[in-house]
Amino acid sequence: MDFFQQLLGPAWPLVWTTLKIVAIVLPIMGAVAYLTLAERKVIGYIQVRIGPNRVGPRGLLQPIADALKLLTKEIIIPAGANRFLFLLAPVISIMAALAAWAVIPFDAHLVLADVNAGLLYVLAITSMGVYGVIIAGWASNSKYAFLGGLRSAAQIVAYEIAMGFALVGVLMMSNSLNLGDIVRAQEGRAGLLSWNWIPLFPMFVVYVISAVAETNRAPFDVAEGESEIVAGFHVEYSGMAFAIFFLAEYANMILVSTLAAIMFLGGWLSPVPGLPGGVHWLLLKVVFGLFFFLWFRATFPRYRYDQIMRLGWKVFIPVTLVWLLVVGVWMRTPLWLWN
Amino acid sequence: MSFQTAIFYAFAAILLFAALRVITARNPVHSALFLVLAFVTAAGLWMLLEAEFLAIVLVLVYVGAVMVLFLFVVMMLDINLDRLREGYWDYLVPALVVAGVMVLEMATILLGRYFSLEGMPRPSPRPADYSNTRELGRLVYTEYVYPFEVAAVLLLVAIVAAIALTLRARKDSKFQDPARQVKVKRADRVRLVSMPAEKPAGGGKEG
Repeated sequence: MDFFQQLLGPAWPLVWTTLKIVAIVLPIMGAVAYLTLAERKVIGYIQVRIGPNRVGPRGLLQPIADALKLLTKEIIIPAGANRFLFLLAPVISIMAALAAWAVIPFDAHLVLADVNAGLLYVLAITSMGVYGVIIAGWASNSKYAFLGGLRSAAQIVAYEIAMGFALVGVLMMSNSLNLGDIVRAQEGRAGLLSWNWIPLFPMFVVYVISAVAETNRAPFDVAEGESEIVAGFHVEYSGMAFAIFFLAEYANMILVSTLAAIMFLGGWLSPVPGLPGGVHWLLLKVVFGLFFFLWFRATFPRYRYDQIMRLGWKVFIPVTLVWLLVVGVWMRTPLWLWN
Repeated sequence: MSFQTAIFYAFAAILLFAALRVITARNPVHSALFLVLAFVTAAGLWMLLEAEFLAIVLVLVYVGAVMVLFLFVVMMLDINLDRLREGYWDYLVPALVVAGVMVLEMATILLGRYFSLEGMPRPSPRPADYSNTRELGRLVYTEYVYPFEVAAVLLLVAIVAAIALTLRARKDSKFQDPARQVKVKRADRVRLVSMPAEKPAGGGKEG
């Protein structure tokens, strides 16, 4: 490593950071590809089918075949569409889904950027993802896409507030916005009982459901709503432009599962006291969260639009506000067990 | 020129360009998107000033929430550009007067003796583990607690007023109440009636 450092001189930090970014993004892309296969397999078994099993051994090469198919398809730009914004929208989506990974701690020392305001950064970056959907809806010059974009905008603004309040509870537990410190604050003698999910249980539930809503996944996928508005915001997209929206959706699922694992389920900490923590625990928790996403999709019918709004504004926000007060008072009493 | 200065000039140029396009773009949706670009660039400038918390909150609140709602409204407007251009010359004179006053006001502050750059000492750079957020929180809830509470009450009044202005429900319009819909039980919708099978009157013979 010293040899390269001398060879490249002042450009070395740039090269080294780029290498680290590639080392994070490439596994995510692989995980996204195999998450699509896992989704088809899991939902297949839930519906008493087998799922894809033709390409490669046990269908394991299916995602690669899908990617090749999408790469070779034509990108059609509809008449009257705003060409620049039409092509910018998927780029914004994937940018928001990948940039947030910069502050995610995989291990006690394994993090790209150990930022003080890490949690705020994640919130700010993920809140920019909605522009991909809105711009796609507007630039497509199509009624269905436009309706999908509007629905998504209203939904994401509603659920972001509940999600933000749920995260305020996490801040109260850890006294820090740094994601690494948030995990370290959950370390305790009782293993998985000392994690945040017990004292903040209502917020954990609100966070998980808001995460499903934020990623536009079933049963909150009214922005796509194929039975009402065909495919919503991405109805006019084809080929690679569509594939990038697809990638962004699945990368976002992995991201919110990771965030849930870090903030409520102890990140890289081991659930059994005594066992050493490590990145494998984080991966296990993320996979556990992702399985819930797939399970939800196979189980629940799509929410009606006004019911989604009611749930966000009239149920989740009051629940989180009340629990903030409860936790605030509870922390001051001797009955508080999580120190 | 140091790296930071170069970044400052690049961001400042983008900010000025975006701000100019906000008022000159023909399409209001493009204007709103340029405003988003201006906010993001301004956040970058604040980051250069080591104000991480404010910079990220600017993106979170203005880009993530306020501008989304702005776009939401602007995209739904049916805009006739010709009608917007009507009366351009009538408004030009008052607009120039307003602009002149604003330039004059800013000039008195920026060019005056009392607010020159020499009066402001350059803040010393903080160590890397200095938490901007913690410091801001401490100040807001100790030294500036009363101004902060007054601002909060003002905002609350504005929220209440805004909701009160829009809460003009028409009595004759029909609407669904999801809260009542989800509470519905089977007994509210279906009545099970026990109907014993009747024996045919003739007895035995089937027709």
